[in-house]
Amino acid sequence: MTRTDTMTKSISSGLTRTVSPARRAQNSIMFGLVALGTVIVLIPLALILFQVVYNGLRSINLDFFIKSERDMSMITGGGGVLNAIVGTLLMVAVALVIGLVVGIATGIFLSEYREHPLVGVVRVMSDVLTGIPAIVVGLVIYGLMITTKLPGYSGLAGGVALGLIMIPIIVRATEEVLKLVPTSIREAGLALGLPRWKVTMQIVLPAASTGIITGAILGVARVSGEAAPLLFTSFGNPDLATNLLQPMAALPSAVYSLAFKALTPAQNEQAWAGALVLLTIILISNILARFFSRPRSYRAPKANTAKT
Amino acid sequence: MENQMKLTPPPQSVISTAAVRLESQSVSIFYGEKEAVKNVDVSFKSNTVNALIGPSGCGKTTFLRAINRMHDLTPGARVTGKIMLDGNDLYGDGIDPVDVRRRIGMVFQKPNPFPTMSIYDNVAAGLKLAGERNKQKLDEVVERSLRGGALWDEVKDRLKAPGSSLSGGQQQRLCIARALAVDPEILLMDEPTSALDPQSTSRIEDLMETLKQQVTIVIVTHNMQQASRVSDTTSFFYVGDLVEHGVTSEMFTNPKDKRTEDYITGRFG
Ligand SMILES: Nc1ncnc2c1ncn2[C@@H]1O[C@H](COP(=O)(O)OP(=O)(O)O)[C@@H](O)[C@H]1O
Ligand SMILES: [Mg+2]
Repeated sequence: MTRTDTMTKSISSGLTRTVSPARRAQNSIMFGLVALGTVIVLIPLALILFQVVYNGLRSINLDFFIKSERDMSMITGGGGVLNAIVGTLLMVAVALVIGLVVGIATGIFLSEYREHPLVGVVRVMSDVLTGIPAIVVGLVIYGLMITTKLPGYSGLAGGVALGLIMIPIIVRATEEVLKLVPTSIREAGLALGLPRWKVTMQIVLPAASTGIITGAILGVARVSGEAAPLLFTSFGNPDLATNLLQPMAALPSAVYSLAFKALTPAQNEQAWAGALVLLTIILISNILARFFSRPRSYRAPKANTAKT
Repeated sequence: MENQMKLTPPPQSVISTAAVRLESQSVSIFYGEKEAVKNVDVSFKSNTVNALIGPSGCGKTTFLRAINRMHDLTPGARVTGKIMLDGNDLYGDGIDPVDVRRRIGMVFQKPNPFPTMSIYDNVAAGLKLAGERNKQKLDEVVERSLRGGALWDEVKDRLKAPGSSLSGGQQQRLCIARALAVDPEILLMDEPTSALDPQSTSRIEDLMETLKQQVTIVIVTHNMQQASRVSDTTSFFYVGDLVEHGVTSEMFTNPKDKRTEDYITGRFG
């Protein structure tokens, strides 16, 4: 009785009373801290973007995209990084194919066949792969594909190394997003008399596609900036190469050599331009992936004629 | 009759002359060590609506899911005894559970349309994913099934809209249409209206009357009025036991077991 009375009273007074100055102050302090944290996070990002865009735009020109490192002059600069742009695109494409095929298959295994005795082992292996330094991955591919001359220094070997790095990223993304697909959707498919693999491939996987594509973007963004695993796999190539069996250049290592082996300020500035191109590629792949990840199996409803 | 039903011969001629379609013999269902359904013998006749009632957690869903072998995919779940469809044991050697599920459709408690598919594709999914390519055949089946689910008039102008754009009641009728599209012989429904508003509920109840012309329906319901409105027979489950099974009108007016009486008069549950 009295208890209820006081409760009602405090609730009603709590509703009418204005917020106390102490709480108001607490609120402002917390908000200030959060805002400060946000700014601290955004500053480096803004600095990076500003530096790269500002310096990059100063030295970028058409030649940069249509000429290769071979055409660069030590004295006047000139030339471009077409060889590195094409090399990065080709090797990342190889990596993406490997990462998607192996990564999605493994992710499906981990999420949809949870009762399988090997699931634990595979998950540990995938996690370990995440932690292996990129340079070690490069060394492994060196042993497997370079020393054996299968096929030796090549874009293919570089792509495989990048693919190995991408696999665990896509495995994780696929597994996580498949787990978000409600069981009821799987059961609905099974109840139609569809075999489990068809339900997985044609109903569950499409429902998870957005998340898998997001995982693939993360993978692409991660590996396009990798230089280490390519040092002794794709090796590098001052000329434009489109044959995956030949040595290939890549943007991160082009940026590295422009920045550190430059003999003239002009060349040094080209390193910024290379960084800008790298950043742009990552940005474009993000935008493309977002565009493609929109559900397209149906169109938005037209006139909503039916009553609910 | 030819089975071990615990009821006196039903009065409705429709029921007594119809053939037994689905029959469970000594069916027990376990989750690990726990026996969730105990030794159930019951049979359902062709073209009838059969209600399973009982308090929560009494094994109604568990029993229903045994009929289309849904438990095959639940780790630790085990079904013993026989479930016969037209005299063939669905758990017999060499029976493919995928085939069982194609012949015995299911509608779930919460509407679960396939999220990435249009209304059309939701209904066509069962056939399309089983390899049917003939556009004309698919069109026909989609229209027939949506009519069967009493949804055609509402969606015929927007078949390409996402299934998830429909209201809850429409989604559940979409799920019924999707189940009908593969032409099942039995339709299992697990509290199909418990998540719906009264108007959608009554549409689906009306629908059942027509649906039983083509399929035999087993429906779990929490709602006594619903059981009495739509079903020909009722089975009362209590803590894993099938306490009483009989013609609905008789069971509701003259229950034989004290527990049945208490439940349908609302004394517990
Ligand atoms: N997957 C499961 N694993 C273990 N126990 C379960 C599982 N599903 C249901 N049960 C148990 O089995 C009993 C019957 O459940 P259920 O068939 O869902 O009841 P109802 O549909 O009548 O409400 C309950 O005690 C429930 O906790
Ligand atoms: Mg239930």
